[in-house]
Amino acid sequence: MAAHDGITIRASDITVAFNGVSVLENLELDVRRAEVMGFVGPSGAGKSVLLRTIVGLNKRLSGRIEILGRDLDELDHRQRRELEARWGVLFQSGALFSSLTVAQNIEVPLFEHTKLPLDVVEEICALKIGLVGLPPEAASKYPMELSGGMRKRAGLARALALDPEILFLDEPTAGLDPIGARAFDELLRSLQESLGITVFMVTHDLGSLHAVCDRIAVLGDKHVIVIGTMAEMLAHEHPWIRDYFHGPRGRAARHRENG
Amino acid sequence: MISAAREGWLERRETPDSLVLSLGGRWDLRCAERHEKELRRLTTPGAQALRIDFSALESLDTAGAWLLHRLAERLRGDGIEVAFENLPAAHADIFARLAKIDSHVEIEPPRPNPLTAIVTLIGKSVIEIGVEIMESIAFLGLTVVSMMRALVRPRLFRVPAVFYHMEQAGLNAIPIIALIAFLIGLVIAYQGAIQLRQFGAEIFVVDMVAVSVLRELAILLTAIVVAGRSGSAFTAQIGAMKINEEIDAMRTIGLDPMQVLVVPRMIALMIVLPLLGFVADVMGLVGGGVMSMIELGVSPAQYIDRLGQSFAPWSLGTGLVKAPVFAAIIAHTSCYMGMKVTGSSESLGKQTTRSVVHAIFAVIVADALFSIFFAFIGI
Repeated sequence: MAAHDGITIRASDITVAFNGVSVLENLELDVRRAEVMGFVGPSGAGKSVLLRTIVGLNKRLSGRIEILGRDLDELDHRQRRELEARWGVLFQSGALFSSLTVAQNIEVPLFEHTKLPLDVVEEICALKIGLVGLPPEAASKYPMELSGGMRKRAGLARALALDPEILFLDEPTAGLDPIGARAFDELLRSLQESLGITVFMVTHDLGSLHAVCDRIAVLGDKHVIVIGTMAEMLAHEHPWIRDYFHGPRGRAARHRENG
Repeated sequence: MISAAREGWLERRETPDSLVLSLGGRWDLRCAERHEKELRRLTTPGAQALRIDFSALESLDTAGAWLLHRLAERLRGDGIEVAFENLPAAHADIFARLAKIDSHVEIEPPRPNPLTAIVTLIGKSVIEIGVEIMESIAFLGLTVVSMMRALVRPRLFRVPAVFYHMEQAGLNAIPIIALIAFLIGLVIAYQGAIQLRQFGAEIFVVDMVAVSVLRELAILLTAIVVAGRSGSAFTAQIGAMKINEEIDAMRTIGLDPMQVLVVPRMIALMIVLPLLGFVADVMGLVGGGVMSMIELGVSPAQYIDRLGQSFAPWSLGTGLVKAPVFAAIIAHTSCYMGMKVTGSSESLGKQTTRSVVHAIFAVIVADALFSIFFAFIGI
């Protein structure tokens, strides 16, 4: 096993193309252990593509991806499954299985990856539901019956089912009202702090970036333009970054955090 | 560093007044899996207290914490004192969270008692069928009104859409329908030859093929294939648009979904189904001819000659006159089912299935009614 010196995700020289049009080119990225890394960038810059590539849903033309010190290309099927159990993914719309209740959705990874007896699985499931702040009544409901915010929380509970070390979030606060988004940010931060999870978060929500992220990576021109803290982003000269963080919405988010 | 932490371990030690559990390493889900049975059975024989020592703990997750929390709750329930010792503050936080969470939830919605469930199901189904019949008739009315409106104001009428659906449902269906009709002609001629040979009446195979293919089989099979092929496509297209709120968007823009989606499909299908039926007629006769030649040695010239003698124009007419009606039934059923799709992908799948089943059923019922009608008027 390669040494992994506090780096949870190391992507190097990643190139991804669809139908001959490259979306990411020679992208380099390190995500440190137990940090929350936020990804921003113009629409279509490939933020979601990067996330999907790292978790192995998209094929890449070149590059190496190391997660938790293991090179994804060197794993056999069983090792791959073991590694997959150590991360959780929350998709943009929750991606809950519509034919299962919320509780059954959360049980799926537990049944799939562990041999725990039924009563313990049910208790852990109840635990996750409580952990993400869903009311117990929501457990027996079908995703259709839930509001968007509750669906996101249910999706998060499923992503957390196996107590992952890494959490991938694709626009977790998109489509939530500002109060719901803020509550989600707070939830995420407190979970991340008490469980020590590494979070990889694609977002457009400046509020989330201020409230949750330790570092921010800006994607553009098919690679990572810059990685740094919020303060570094604010001081950066790149025109898109300046527009993004110093625009009216950026200022509003900053005021909310400071005041 | 996570991977450097050792796997979770557990040691028990007895002191005069209490049982001490020392645990260490990585107490996580994997560990919970391994130690679950052991902790579930754990009792404190003789001792009145359990002390859990966390001094060697390296990391803890919620599943691991839950196992210990569960044990503690159980023993406390039995009146045994449980103490957590040397618990780092960060991990104490996890236990504090767990203690606040209700550990019981309903996994599935409550099931009603079977008897009431059956009665409710029957009642609901009857009402649903009633509602569906009413709605379906209303939808038919709406379609007819929309078609009339398009007739009066041709500007509303979407010619490109009609041609598009004629291509999709008609032109592209020719190969499969031709093949099926050919095979059916083949099979009927073969079976007929076996039976009629016993009476030395082989030549009547031609009549048999002509009547059965032209009157019934060609058009019925065409309608069934089109219901499976295009009916399901119509339902799925309209249903997907419904899920995507495209139909609502049309309404807000002032487009009439009936005019944009239903009328072109209905008209396209009413035009192409008779044509497909004719293709099937021809291919059925060709199939019969091929088999007659192989099995009975009837030459193509003889076959055509006999066909000309036995041919009652009404056979072709009674077959093809049914086609537009079948087309209307298929288009109506599939568009109606598509419009009935609600929110989920599950509903889309269900409606598509129902669309095909209902359309085929309705086509066969209509065919039976036609038979009775034709018998009544004597053709």
